[in-house]
Amino acid sequence: MIKIIDYGLGNILAFQNMYKRLNVQVGIARTADDLSGATKLVLPGVGAFDHAMELLDGSGMRQRLDDLVLNERLPVIGICVGMQMLAEQSDEGRLPGLGWIRGEVKGFKSLQKRDLLLPHMGWNDVQPTGRTRLFDQLHTDSRFYFLHSFYFECARPEDVAATSTYGKEFCCAVEAGNIHGVQFHPEKSHHYGAQLLKNFSEL
Amino acid sequence: MLRPRIIPCLLVQDGGLVKTVKFKEPKYVGDPNNAVKIFNEKEADELIVLDIDATAQQREPNFRLISQFAAECRMPLCYGGGIRTAEQAKRIIGLGVEKVAISAAAVADPKLISRIAEEVGSQSVVVVLDVKSSLFGKQEVWTHNGRKNSGKSPVEAAQEAEVLGAGEIVINSIDRDGQMKGYDVALATRLRAATRLPMSVLGGAGSLQDIGELIAACGVVGASAGSFFVFKGAYRAVLISYPTQAQKDELIRTSLHQRVGAGTA
Repeated sequence: MIKIIDYGLGNILAFQNMYKRLNVQVGIARTADDLSGATKLVLPGVGAFDHAMELLDGSGMRQRLDDLVLNERLPVIGICVGMQMLAEQSDEGRLPGLGWIRGEVKGFKSLQKRDLLLPHMGWNDVQPTGRTRLFDQLHTDSRFYFLHSFYFECARPEDVAATSTYGKEFCCAVEAGNIHGVQFHPEKSHHYGAQLLKNFSEL
Repeated sequence: MLRPRIIPCLLVQDGGLVKTVKFKEPKYVGDPNNAVKIFNEKEADELIVLDIDATAQQREPNFRLISQFAAECRMPLCYGGGIRTAEQAKRIIGLGVEKVAISAAAVADPKLISRIAEEVGSQSVVVVLDVKSSLFGKQEVWTHNGRKNSGKSPVEAAQEAEVLGAGEIVINSIDRDGQMKGYDVALATRLRAATRLPMSVLGGAGSLQDIGELIAACGVVGASAGSFFVFKGAYRAVLISYPTQAQKDELIRTSLHQRVGAGTA
């Protein structure tokens, strides 16, 4: 069963409702014990990077998650700050990230473009790179809702699963083996988001 | 390309959906949960829900109602009404709302913006500025459903909100509320030039053309409306509507083209 990781951040209900509409069974994990029986993991996240890492580290699930993702290779998808948490570090905070995908999180502010409104808020086009199955049926005219000021910079170009453009072309989805992440909010992106979450459930 | 957003704004009073004119004469127009369902089907870009009684009656936000909206809503949701503490804002975000809107409390105590931003992140903090013109045309920010004058200019209030960590400004024209004769584009243009925050404009939209004019003047902006999406025809019959994706794409394309053509991009 897909387990949504509830460490006190992010829109757990929205994912639950979306999967209910898709007729996909999901559960919620609040403790390490809740993670048993998981076949896939959803890691949501909003707000500040350090706050998210602190809460996840304090949830009692961290060790079990590292084991499930890195050793048992369970498919996992990080959403928004949940994707940023996959990185090794973030310019937004001081705490290390999960380090599941090599790279670091940068601020759009560092681009020093005066005309760039921040945060990046609204519906933007997404271009999948073509290797990932996460974007099946989403290769033409797919758009998703973004709400963020920081973005993931992959250390290895092959981990970039999709890009979008705001101030520059940036990586808005990552994929390295069983580990996935999207910067936008599929749970709030109408039929585009539903398709993506369905694709994840069918990986 | 990041697109301008077209955003229905729902006003809630006593658990019902209402629509006002110049912030007065609230008219019952239906069940808000039903409206959310319809905007889901129409794939609206975003939704703003404002409880117009909470602050005026010094009530807490209605957390039960908010969690219903958040669970139902398949588009990003911004909720406002009665939020006075960072704790309340955090609780609302925890219910699955993307953004919280603060107005009166932020005008009275601007540091509240920073306290909420620290808890939930700047991207989720929206400051709503209700703007009314005096007899002599001076525009100021009002609160408590347009009954209290803060004495602040909208530009000053918006810039202060930006410095304190807001993630978006919503400019709401009290004079144009419910008029359906077009946005206060001059006010929107002034505000657009004054901050580097995303901005949405509310008050006055009566047609897609009005939305197009706002986009032509301000570029990537949130065009929000109440009456336009809930009323139809000269007799203001209640009928919820929203442009199709093809209509939106065409409107945005032509409006942004006008903007470039006018040399203001």
